[in-house]
Amino acid sequence: MNLDCIVSDDMAEVVLSGDFIGYDDEGLKNAVYRRLSEAKIRKIKFSGALLRKWDSSLVVILYRIAQDAGVRKQELVYDRIPDNLQKLVRLALSVDRQPEKGVVRPRSFLENVGAWGIEIWRGIKKGLDFIGHTMSSVMRLLTSSAVMRRVDFLFALEDSSYKAVGIVSLVSFMVGLILAFVGAIQLKTFGAQIYVASLVAIGMTRIMGAIMVGIIMAGRTGASYAAAIGTMQVNEELDALQTMGISRFDFLVLPRIIALTITMPFLTMLADGMGIAGGAFVGITLLGISPEEYWKYSYDALDMTNFLVGIFHGFVYGWIIAVCGCYYGINAGRNADSVGLATTKAVVTGIVWMIVVTGILTMIFEVLGI
Amino acid sequence: MKQNEAQIKVKNLTVAYGDYVLLKNISFEVCRGDIFIIMGASGGGKSSLLRVLTGLMPAASGEVFIDGINFSSATPEEQKKIMRRCGILYQSGALFSSMTLADNIALPLQQYTNYSPALIKELVSLKLALVGLRGFEDFYPAEISGGMKKRAGLARALALDPEIVYFDEPSAGLDPISSKLLDDLIIDINQSLGTTIVVVTHELNSIFAIGGNSVFLDANTKSIAGCGNPKDLLKNPPNETVLKFLTRGEK
Ligand SMILES: Nc1ncnc2c1ncn2[C@@H]1O[C@H](COP(=O)(O)OP(=O)(O)O)[C@@H](O)[C@H]1O
Ligand SMILES: [Mg+2]
Repeated sequence: MNLDCIVSDDMAEVVLSGDFIGYDDEGLKNAVYRRLSEAKIRKIKFSGALLRKWDSSLVVILYRIAQDAGVRKQELVYDRIPDNLQKLVRLALSVDRQPEKGVVRPRSFLENVGAWGIEIWRGIKKGLDFIGHTMSSVMRLLTSSAVMRRVDFLFALEDSSYKAVGIVSLVSFMVGLILAFVGAIQLKTFGAQIYVASLVAIGMTRIMGAIMVGIIMAGRTGASYAAAIGTMQVNEELDALQTMGISRFDFLVLPRIIALTITMPFLTMLADGMGIAGGAFVGITLLGISPEEYWKYSYDALDMTNFLVGIFHGFVYGWIIAVCGCYYGINAGRNADSVGLATTKAVVTGIVWMIVVTGILTMIFEVLGI
Repeated sequence: MKQNEAQIKVKNLTVAYGDYVLLKNISFEVCRGDIFIIMGASGGGKSSLLRVLTGLMPAASGEVFIDGINFSSATPEEQKKIMRRCGILYQSGALFSSMTLADNIALPLQQYTNYSPALIKELVSLKLALVGLRGFEDFYPAEISGGMKKRAGLARALALDPEIVYFDEPSAGLDPISSKLLDDLIIDINQSLGTTIVVVTHELNSIFAIGGNSVFLDANTKSIAGCGNPKDLLKNPPNETVLKFLTRGEK
């Protein structure tokens, strides 16, 4: 047995022998701790004459006993314990600072609901505040007193323009294709598959083009805005901006928002075109509609109002995505995970707001008869 | 194993990033149970040398022997086995920010041993107490100061009772008191655990406080400009560069 405890009168002797490498005999350890806790014991002696190899698993035992002895005011004697082992225990016992952490009091259900409500209200206020600041930053830009670095703007513009063309084209082509397929199944039942052309043309231009671009750009650009600004928060770069007296809205938010709101309408147009091409691909190759006929029906269905409504949606989505990306970037926490969290929130919230705003806009257009 | 036998042997080592050579053909030895200082100006390739010594980067040429095993030509498996016996304290502490201090320190224990959760918990508390952070188990790295982060990083480096601990700039960015505490801790750990310690630093206070053997890396000649105890080096500087460095260029 490596560990033994011999009690005589008010003295206990803890005998250590053999090897203590990764020593983990829970039962024996606890038995020793229990015996040492007897009230009559005033003195504890460690005997290590037979001790051979040891590692931290032994120090753990001595440390625990020494700590308990400190609480119970028992005296400790080291007998033939290696010097470095004694030193180690003493080092562990010497404390230079104790933590002070606010005690978290458990809250009742009602309190939690209340706190949740307050949190939401604060979030709304913070969001509105952010939008207000952004607006005034845009105003400053218009009166040309904002500090926006051209390089930042061009970089954001580049990222959300030609670099996004590939993915936007591919996805909207596919969406047009799917739309045509799904429509054709229904229209075929009464021999009207030629109207696939109108369906795709109207569907893509009025809303689908804008929505697809919005979702792609939220995942691509909104996320990258949040990550880039969030990383700056982690690196204390945002603090540096603030202490230099540079508005983070002018410096970081503005170039990104302007870039995305400029490019989104153009990307929407691209998506419209690619969607119609996708529909045409299905119509011509699979439904046997002649190209001239397909084009004629598409052209007849195209309508300036629908087209402009789609473009307008694209513009609004661009604004929403950029605001969400920047908002969560700027409000990111200060450790490494917070960047990931900010990115996720930016994308999810961006898409949710896009859908909500689409609902509202649809109702408004309905009322206005557009 | 005996004291005063070389535990780390560096032979004709060249450290380079591609064609950009930082150190050329340097050789030195670190004895078991010693505190060894690698000093030199910022940008002189100290951290890069440490990356080679710890297997994060291959040597451009030359060899590193650890306990007589050729570390630089070892397979990744063998390197891992050797590194299990080494602890490293990175310049920034390198604590995982999403884990509490206890989880940070428990990680290598869970990875490399099959100790019971109870023993791991006890070991974690002990390591934290050793570096003066008793009771900080449930804190996150973001909730403690820079000096405490370094000490927590040291507790993690010590988790597996390493035979060698490497320190990269332990006192960089710390106030004089915290940096003194850390220097003392390095000496305490060395004396009580008999750990071989390699410290990379350019802080004169630390260099003289920790003492031990040392090498001075000269960025201009890409070689070792002096070696020996820093105090002896100051008394008998082998050349201008070392003298300038050790006297802050005042002589
Ligand atoms: N990944 C890398 N690629 C190329 N050069 C590097 C890399 N990391 C560091 N360097 C260069 O190596 C030099 C030495 O860096 P480092 O080893 O960190 O110096 P020290 O730690 O002594 O201050 C620096 O000049 C740096 O520019
Ligand atoms: Mg360095």
